[in-house]
Order: sequence, then structure tokens, then C-alpha cells
Amino acid sequence: MTPSDPPPRASVATGSQPAIEFRDVQYRVANGNVILKNFALSIETGETMVLLGRSGAGKTTALKLINRLLEPSAGEIRVEGRATSAWDAIALRRHIGYVIQETGLFPHYTVEQNVGVTPRLEAWPPARIHQRAKELLALVGLDPKSFLRRYPHELSGGQRQRVGLARALAADPPILLMDEPFGALDPLTRMEVREEFRGLQERLRKTVVIVTHDVAEAVELGSRIALLEAGELRSVHAAREFLRSDEPIAVAYVEQIRALAPEAPGRRQRSEGPETPRTPERRNA
Amino acid sequence: MSLAGYFARHGFEIWQATLQHIWLTGITMLLAVAIGVPLGILVARRPWLSKPILGSANVAETIPSLALFGFLLPLPWLGARGDRIAIAALTLYALLPIIRNTAAGIESVDPAVREAARGMGMTESQILRRVEMPLAFSTILAGIRVATIWTIGIATIAAAVGAGGLGEYIFRGLAMVNNDVILAGAIPAALLALLADILLGLLERRMRPGRRKARRESTHWPGAAAGASAGIVLLALLAGIGLSGCGGSRADTIVVGSKNFPEQALLGEILSQEIEARTHLHVERKFYLAGTFICQQALLSGRIDTYVEYTGTALTAILKDPIEQNPQAVFETVKRQYQQRFKLAVLPSLGFNNTFAIVIRGADARRLHLQTISQAAKYTPKWIAGFGYEFMGRPDGYAGLVRTYGLKFAGPPKILDLGLLYRALLSNEVDLIAANSTDGQLSARDLTVLQDDKHYFPPYQAVPVVRDRTLARHPEVRAAIEALAGKISEAQMQKMNYEVVGEHRDISQVAREFLRSHGLG
Repeated sequence: MTPSDPPPRASVATGSQPAIEFRDVQYRVANGNVILKNFALSIETGETMVLLGRSGAGKTTALKLINRLLEPSAGEIRVEGRATSAWDAIALRRHIGYVIQETGLFPHYTVEQNVGVTPRLEAWPPARIHQRAKELLALVGLDPKSFLRRYPHELSGGQRQRVGLARALAADPPILLMDEPFGALDPLTRMEVREEFRGLQERLRKTVVIVTHDVAEAVELGSRIALLEAGELRSVHAAREFLRSDEPIAVAYVEQIRALAPEAPGRRQRSEGPETPRTPERRNA
Repeated sequence: MSLAGYFARHGFEIWQATLQHIWLTGITMLLAVAIGVPLGILVARRPWLSKPILGSANVAETIPSLALFGFLLPLPWLGARGDRIAIAALTLYALLPIIRNTAAGIESVDPAVREAARGMGMTESQILRRVEMPLAFSTILAGIRVATIWTIGIATIAAAVGAGGLGEYIFRGLAMVNNDVILAGAIPAALLALLADILLGLLERRMRPGRRKARRESTHWPGAAAGASAGIVLLALLAGIGLSGCGGSRADTIVVGSKNFPEQALLGEILSQEIEARTHLHVERKFYLAGTFICQQALLSGRIDTYVEYTGTALTAILKDPIEQNPQAVFETVKRQYQQRFKLAVLPSLGFNNTFAIVIRGADARRLHLQTISQAAKYTPKWIAGFGYEFMGRPDGYAGLVRTYGLKFAGPPKILDLGLLYRALLSNEVDLIAANSTDGQLSARDLTVLQDDKHYFPPYQAVPVVRDRTLARHPEVRAAIEALAGKISEAQMQKMNYEVVGEHRDISQVAREFLRSHGLG
């Protein structure tokens, strides 16, 4: 994961069916408000799709429709070619890793137990779960020896977020959904964890959908960026193109990073874009 | 008689009552948890059910406990035993804090945690068992703790319906105006509540999620919950075993009841000792049942086999017949009606008539030359009267008395507890009281009983009432009780009452001496 080794990502359309596909999806809440309308989007296997937009744009709703935490009012979502309504909801969710901003770690479980939740649900043998928990902690940069037996309240925000990621990856799901995964972290930690995640994703090649309102994060992590506004999909860009787009909203977003660049040096250098300092040494590991 | 002395002499009995108390509380808590926790989960899951469920539990909470015990008395299976009634009522009371805390505990689980659990593919029941319940556990325990302490307290009232437990001492002590006896029930009950509070408090603190780190071991909450409930069951069972080990089997046991004043307990004790002496039956005593209605219900449902009733009370309060003056006619009516309507046998009178006595201070009687109620009517407009609450409501009580004699008083009568009537009269707080003609104080103090010259009060002959079924199963009981017929005079009863109330002597002792002096027992 060095800057000179750019990942061959953006163009992974393998010709086969998309990993996730939204087909004219609408989501309406009980009071009649439409949260998502005419939403159509294909997410290819192995790519990282960022859903970018401001609060209330419908990003999180779109994400939750994928693992059936919400059900569409109209249209359908297909996961690996099958409509989610045809999946057993529980089987579907165990097939998909899920990371949320607050991590949702179980406060009464140790780190090891937290990471082992899905394997235990899937009735893996205990020895294998233990082995897997150690591997995963190492993978997200936490020393298994000192972390396995800790409880969530004994961890820093960044550590908790790493454990949340490890937990989502535990049963090796081909798809990973992340809802503002780094949103609750301080800027430095956030940058670190983000960086690590990028490295990880280069190795793991999961199909990842990330929800964020942070343009820098979108550009750094995404292979493509879907821009949502007021419940509608405005545009889909390859991450690099996003910065060059002359679409007014995209331009407005890019303006925003440039303006904030000194305070939020979160972008990794790509072929273009503002110069940013590299992450200092990793904490907590 | 000192408190320590009382404990020393009645240690075993008090221990028995304590075990009974633990048993009542333990069974109640098991039921309350078994019902309350699922209801709490339901409330948390379906918010629209929260109002009806919590509302009902709230209403149950507001019913005064004695009234609730009363409502349950006539129910078929439940009413058949005092402890069933007590457990049912106590369970109703214990539900509210358990339901409320279960719901609150579950609702307080961080929504992010719940969302993560769903997102990871936990089923609803897995979320409940693995996430919500463990996180809510300490809150639920806090509810159980509150409920347990309430239950231990309210269970003392259960003695009023014959459920036993430590409340028996409290009722007995209240009736006898004897603090030592009250404390013999109150102190162990308070200690029990304190102990439950401490133990459950410790468990609760151990189970609080933040505390987990201290132990490094993963806590499996179902294990802890199972452990806690197993502990309660074990305690209840041990208490049950401790109790059953001391009683005979039900088949050769006869249960003698009594109302909640000393004369009744004395009569119950005399009956009991006589039955014990003349038969091989084991006698269980359920004294201090809270009043006529409860005794009658207990007899009908078989919770007791016999108690002593007064013919006038049976006629007016139970049969709801009009007042009648001829003692023999009253006895015959009661005997016939009891047989026909209730299948209860009314045995020959014990000998005395415990009628209402209109009592004034001796000094007043001498000064004003008063002997009858009619004579007193002239002076009552300057007097204040003091009556027991039962007298105020009875068909043969206050209203008819005032009408018959044209009595007027200086103000509305003071309603006083039976035990306090004499004190109020002697301290000039009231000037006229309605007491019982066998009260011990009448012979010991300077008091005058005014004659009922218009024969307003019906006769109140003391008659043992026994269930037909009991007599059929144990015919020897009839002979034992009938041996007492005509043996107790009014003066004799006054004297025994005074020994218990005035001299604080032990009821069983007084009863034994009486039986011996009459060549019985």
C-alpha cells in the first residue's frame, strides 16, 4: 500500500452480474414522505461504491435496503442476482458485513466475543472462532494478546471502530456495508483508520458500499462515487473523475474540500488533487 | 414479659413463621418473575400494549391489600387455602416493578447496539436473549429487588386470611395490645427484607454491564439468572420442607380458626386443646383471621374446619335475617339455616352470651343514678360516644341502637379500634362506648354496663361451628367439642379475657388452666 502502487480498481466490471443492484427503488415512510425515489444503481463485485450526500439525502436508507433492515415501497434490490425479498432476511444479513458509525459493539461482550458474534451464530467450532478473532484483530492492526479480552468501554474510539470492522469481516462476507464508519472519530484517528481500511480493501477485494458526507473520504476510499440529493441519485462518477466533473453539485463538493483542505488533510494523493501530508504513525497498535 | 424472653420462649414458633414467610415470598417472586418479565418484554416490543398492561398493573397496585385478599376469598380453587390467596394477591402487587423495569431495561439498550445486532443477522429472539436481556438484566434485578422487599412487607398482612407467616404475630400483638408480640413478627420481617435487599443488591451490582471488567470472565446472564432463580426456588423449597416436617399429613389434621380478638383466640385455643386431648388428630391453629366474613369464607372453603361464632352475629351478619330476641329461637334458626345453606353444624353453646355492652364510667353511673340505656338517653346529648368500626356498620349496631332508645349525642361518634375503646372512655375522651359484655376490663375497672332494657341487642351465644364434612370424617371431633358445652360462664370469660389482655398472660396457658379446673383437657 504505497502511493506508487495504485490499485487496479475503478474498472472492475467483470461482465457478470452486479453484486448489488437497485432497480427503480422507492422508499416511503408511513407519513407519506418519500425518502428515496426512482433509485437505480449497479454496484460491481469487488468495487467500493461511496454514497455521498448531505444529511437526509437518503444514503443510509439506501444502505439499509440492501440488508433488508428496511424494505422498499416499490422496485427491488438485487443482491448477487437475487431480489432481496427472495432472500431469507437473516441469511442475507449474515452474508453481508455491516459497520455503523457508533460501532454498536455489545458492551457486555469482550472484543473476542464481539468479533465472534457472527461465527457463533453460524455455529463455528469455538477453536476456529478464537483463531479467527486473533487473525482479524491483527488484520485491523490491534494486538490480539492485549485486546481479545478487553471490553468495549476499555477501548478508544479508533480501537472500537477497528473492532467494529473486524466484527463485520468475521464470517468473511463478500459484501460490506459501512454507514459513516469513521464519522465519530477525531480527524487524525479518522485519517489513520481510513488509510488502513484502504490498504485492507486492496487485499480483501470485498464489494463495499460506504455512506459518507465527507468528500475527502469519498474520493480517497471510493472506486466510484454516487451523489445523492433529496432522495434522488444525481450522478455516478469514478472517484478520479469526480474532482474534475463540471456538474454543479460535484463542483460545489470539490470546492468544499479545497476550502477545508488545511484543516482536514484527509485525502490521499492521487494523480491530481491538493497536496496532503501523510498519516503519521499509527496509534494504539 | 420482656421481648428477649418472648423470643426465647417462642423461638421455634417464630422460626416456623419465618420459614412460612420465606416460602410465601419465594413462590410469589417466582410467579411474579415468570409473568412479569415476559409482560415487560411485550411492553418494550409493542409500545401500544404498554398502556393497558402497565395501567392494569398500576390499578392492581392501588387496591388496598386487605381488600384484595377479601376479593380473592370467594374464588373456587384459590380461596380454598390462605396461602394461595396470599400468593395470588402478592404476585399481583409484585408485578408492576418487574414489568416496568424489564421494559425500561430493554428500552434503554443503545439503539446502535440493537441495529448492529439486527444488521449482523440475529433473529429477534437472539437479539432478546443475547443482547437485550443481558444488558437489561441489572435493571430487571433492581425491579425484582423492589418487588421482593414489598412482598416481604405486604406478606405480613396475609396472616389476616390465614396464610400464616410473620404477620400472625403482628395481628396477635395488635389484638392483645402487646408490643412484644408485635415485634416478634415485625423484627424478623424487617430483617428478612433487609437481607433480601442486601443479597439482591450485591447480585445486581455484579451484573451491571460496566462492572464486568472486574471479572475478566464472560458472564453468561442466563446462567446468572438461572442461578438466582434456582436460589429462590431452593430457599422456598427448604422453607417448605422445614414447615412440612413439623406438621402431620393433611388427612389427620383439623384446622381451628378464630377471629382477630383475644377472646376468639382463647376459645380457639380451648377448642384446640380439647380436641388434642380427646382425639388423635393433629390440630393446626389459624387464629386472628380478619373478622366474621373471612372466618365464614374460610369455613366454607375448607381452609378451617371449625371456629366459634356468636348466634346473633350469625343471624344478622351472615344469614342477614332480622334481629330476634329469644335466645333459643335464634339458636334454632341459625342451626337450621347453617345446616341447609352451608352444610355447617352449629354445636351447643359454650355457655356464655357475648352481647354488646353499652358501657359508661362507674363514677358517672353513680352520680347520675344510671342503670339502663333508657335512663342514660336524657344525658347523652352532652356526651360523645366511641364505637368500633364494625359496630357502626352492623345491622344490630349503631343505627338501630340510636333509633330504639332515641339517643342523641353531642357530636358524631368517634370510630376507634376495639383495643382503644376502654382507654378512650377512662381518659374522658369519650363518655359512652359499645364494648363486649365479656371484656376483661369490665370486671377489673370501675365501669358500668347499662342494661339493654328495651332488648335491642340480639343474643350472642358462643357456639362452635364445624363443617359437616369434618364431622363425617372425624366423628370424634363432635364429642370433643360438645364436652365444652355450657362450661364457660360470662364471668369466667371476662376473667380469662382479663388475664390475656390485662395481665399479658399466654393464651395457651390460660386455656390449659381453664380446662384443668373443669376436669377437661
